[in-house]
Amino acid sequence: MTYLAGAFAVAWLLTFALVISMIQRQRRLEQEIAALREILEKQR
Amino acid sequence: MKARDIAMLTLDVIAGVAVLIALYMALVWVPDAANLISPDEKVAQHIFYLHMGMNVDAGLGFLVTLIGSVLYLLTRRRIWDMIAVSSAELGVVFATAVLATGSLWARPTWNTWWTWDPRLTTAAIVWLIYIAYLMLRGALEGAEQRARFSAVYGIFAFLSVPLTFMSIRWWRTIHPTVFSGSNPGAQGGFSLGPHIRLTLFVSMIAFALMYAALMAHRVRLEQDAQAVQELKEQLL
Repeated sequence: MTYLAGAFAVAWLLTFALVISMIQRQRRLEQEIAALREILEKQR
Repeated sequence: MKARDIAMLTLDVIAGVAVLIALYMALVWVPDAANLISPDEKVAQHIFYLHMGMNVDAGLGFLVTLIGSVLYLLTRRRIWDMIAVSSAELGVVFATAVLATGSLWARPTWNTWWTWDPRLTTAAIVWLIYIAYLMLRGALEGAEQRARFSAVYGIFAFLSVPLTFMSIRWWRTIHPTVFSGSNPGAQGGFSLGPHIRLTLFVSMIAFALMYAALMAHRVRLEQDAQAVQELKEQLL
């Protein structure tokens, strides 16, 4: 049972780490896009 | 909400439901394998469905990297480079999961965490080759140069994938051959009963859907990164 639980834990931890990293990167990029658009609009 | 967001959300939900069904089948519905004796082996055999599902994702990841690389060199369109790098990243994560789940399955079955068997060795080489692909991209300056070099590397890197697939068919190995095993030297080969076959099929489809859902999000990430780059260029 230990090996089965370990395998599922490792696989899903890796998957969730990937998903969380993608969400964080997406959020940071969206904020950056919004900030850059605001600067561009002020310049016009 | 844009049409693309709705499509991505729909794919997320379908993939999520499919993975939950696959997990239920793998952990609850499917019976233990009939050819195993010890309780540890019987329980650990359920890792098989997760291991194969993650293997599908890693394989798809590297195959799509190859396709993206070839199409980038043919068309020079940035979208293919974005697809290639996104898929390579997913491939590396799932290949890590394949190696980890394989090792955790090997301990109760082969009585060792790792052995330098042809399949395990070639799988580890594939993993290292694609980590090097991601490192190469990080080291190259300039989007055009990065995309061109990565595409060439991505094509040659894929040569290691069919080698890994065929390793259990070409060389003497302890790794079981699940599909069309014909190597008399392969140990632990087995035929699949109807329950195991169905669970394996559902797992592979579910994990392929999960790969597609993750790819859609990962490619959008690359597109947003490019949008940031373009906005910065407008400001300069």
